[in-house]
Amino acid sequence: MSASSRDIVLSVRDLKTWFHSRDGVAKSVDGVTFDLARGETLAIVGESGSGKSVTSLSIMGLLPKPAGRIEAGSIVLRDRNGAEHDLTRASAATLRRIRGAEIAMIFQEPMTSLNPLYTVGDQIAEAVLQHEGGTRAAALRRAQDMLDRVEIPAAARRIHEYPHQMSGGMRQRVMIALALACNPSVLIADEPTTALDVTVQAQILDLLRRLQAESGMSILFVTHNLGVVAEIAHRVAVMYAGRVVEDAHVHDLFDRPSHPYTRGLLSCVPTASLLAARQRLQPIPGNVPSVMALPPGCTFAPRCPLAAADCRDAVPELVAVRPSHRARCIKVTPQ
Amino acid sequence: MAIPIPASAGAERWQVVRLLAARKTVLASLFVLAVLVGAAALAPWLSPYDPFKLSIMNRLQAPGAAHWFGTDDFGRDVFSRVLYGGRLSLTVGFLVVLLSSVLGIALGLVAGFFRGADKVVSRIIDAMMAFPDILLAISLVAALGPSLLNVVTALGIVYTPRLARIVRASTLVIRELPFVEAARALGVPTRRIVTVHVLRNLVSPILVQGTFIFAYAMLAEAGLSFLGVGVSPDVPTWGTMINAGQQYMGSADWIMVFPGVAIVLAVLSLQLVGDGLRDVLDPRLRKEL
Repeated sequence: MSASSRDIVLSVRDLKTWFHSRDGVAKSVDGVTFDLARGETLAIVGESGSGKSVTSLSIMGLLPKPAGRIEAGSIVLRDRNGAEHDLTRASAATLRRIRGAEIAMIFQEPMTSLNPLYTVGDQIAEAVLQHEGGTRAAALRRAQDMLDRVEIPAAARRIHEYPHQMSGGMRQRVMIALALACNPSVLIADEPTTALDVTVQAQILDLLRRLQAESGMSILFVTHNLGVVAEIAHRVAVMYAGRVVEDAHVHDLFDRPSHPYTRGLLSCVPTASLLAARQRLQPIPGNVPSVMALPPGCTFAPRCPLAAADCRDAVPELVAVRPSHRARCIKVTPQ
Repeated sequence: MAIPIPASAGAERWQVVRLLAARKTVLASLFVLAVLVGAAALAPWLSPYDPFKLSIMNRLQAPGAAHWFGTDDFGRDVFSRVLYGGRLSLTVGFLVVLLSSVLGIALGLVAGFFRGADKVVSRIIDAMMAFPDILLAISLVAALGPSLLNVVTALGIVYTPRLARIVRASTLVIRELPFVEAARALGVPTRRIVTVHVLRNLVSPILVQGTFIFAYAMLAEAGLSFLGVGVSPDVPTWGTMINAGQQYMGSADWIMVFPGVAIVLAVLSLQLVGDGLRDVLDPRLRKEL
C-alpha cells in the first residue's frame, strides 16, 4: 500500500480494544490496521460481533468504561492544521476538542440519537457554540444553513421543530447536519441507514456522497450490508472476529475476493444472476467465534472450506494479493 | 399534522405560557394558589380577629356570622388562624421543597451518572431512608435546636433521599440513551451533558415528587410542632391547628376541617399546576392538547 502517495487523515495501527469482565477478556478488536485518506470512503464490513462498531467507538473515545480499554496500538488523526494526534493517548480536553470538530459520528438510531426536549436548531447550535463560540443567533443561522445543505425543505421553519415532529429519514438528515456543523475532516457513520426504509436509505447515501464531494471529508462507513458498501465505498476493510481479514478497493473486493470469508459473505448476497440460475444462497457454516475464546491460528479456520492443519498454527499476516489489496490467509497466493 | 411553529426562541417561551394558560385546570389551580398565598401574605389586614387572642367565653363556637370558621378550644378565631397559619405552612412547604430539590437533584445526578460516586452516595441515601422520616427529623431538630429555620433544614434533609433516588433512577435510564452518546461524540463536555441534556429530561419526575414533598413537609412540620420540637404550638400553622383540633373531632370538627381544607387546596392545586407544567414542558405531549 502506498501510504505516502495518499493524503492520510486517519491512521489506525494494530489497534487492540479489549473488554475486561468477570468472565474473562473479550478481545473485540485485536490488531486492526487501516488508513483513511482525504476524501475517501472506507467501509468496514463485518457480522455482528466482528469488532467493527468497537473500532469506531475506540476512535471516538466512547468506549464503555471501565470495561472497555485500548490495550495497544495507535489511532493517529491529522487535524486541519496538519498536526498529528494519537487519540489513544490524547487528554480528555483534546479529545473533546477533536470530537465534533475534527471527527464526527452518526449513529444507527436516528429516532433516539437526538434529545427529544430540544429543537433541532438548538441542538445543532449547541455543537457550533461548543467548538467555535460566537453568538447564539449566528449558531442558529449556521443550523439553518446546515439543514439546507442536508436538503431538509423549509429549513428556517424546521430549526424550530422537535425531533418527534420529523420522520426517521429527516432525523438522520438532522444527525448528519449536526455531525457536519463544524466541518469535520472525518465522519464515522455507524450503520447510519440500517434503521431506515430502502428508498430513504438510498437518499441518505446519495446525500453523504454529495456532501463528501463538496467538503472533501473522509467517511469511515461501518456496516454489515454489502449492497450499501457497493453504493458508497471506495475501499473496503472486511473484519472477522476482531481483525481485518481483507482490505481492498471496492471493485477488487467484489470482483476478485481473496479471503475465503469474503467469498463466503459475497455468496450469501442474493443476486439476479444467482436467481436466474436457480442456485441457492451459500451460507457460511457455523458461527462467529466468541471473542472470549478465539480459536488458535486463523480465527476463520473452523468455518473455512480451505482450512488445513497449518492454518491453526499461527495467525496469518495480512499479505498483499495485488497492489493495495491484502488478505489475511495463507491459502491465498499473491497474483 | 404539524403543530404551529413559533417564529423564534422568544416566541417559544411565550408558547409555553400560552399553552399553560389554555388549560382550565391549570388556570383554576393557579387562582386557588394565588388566593391562598395572597390571604397568607395579607393576613394582618384580612383577619377579623387577633389569631392569638384567647377568649374563653367564646370557646368552641360553631361557624357563624361572627366567626366564619368558628372558634377553637381557647376561643381563638379559626378563620384568622387559618390565614396566619398559611404564612408558616406555605413557607415551610416551599423552602423544604427547594432545599430537598437542590440536594436531591445534585446527589441523584452524581449517583446516577458516575458509577464510582454511586457506590458511596447510594449507601448514604439508603442509610437515611432506613430511618423513619419523623424520627430523623426529630433528631435533627433536637440536634440543631427548635427554630423555624432548623425545622426547614431538618425536613429538607429528611426528604432529600426521596428525590435523590428518583433522580438517580431516571438518570441511570437517560444516561444510556443514544442522544447522550451522540452529544459526547460532538464534544459536549460531561458537565454540560449532565446539567443540560440529562437534567432537562428529569423535569417530570422532579415536578411530581416535588409537589408530594410540599404536602409531606406541611404535615411533618405539624407533627414536629405537636411533639414539641417544631415551632411553638401556639403559633398557628395548618398542621398544628389540625393536631390541636383532633381531640374535638367529634364535637367541634371545624377546628381541624378548615386548616385541613386549606392543605388539600394548596397541595391539590400545586399538583395540578405541576402536571400542567410537565405536559407543556415536554414538546412530545404538547400536541395532545
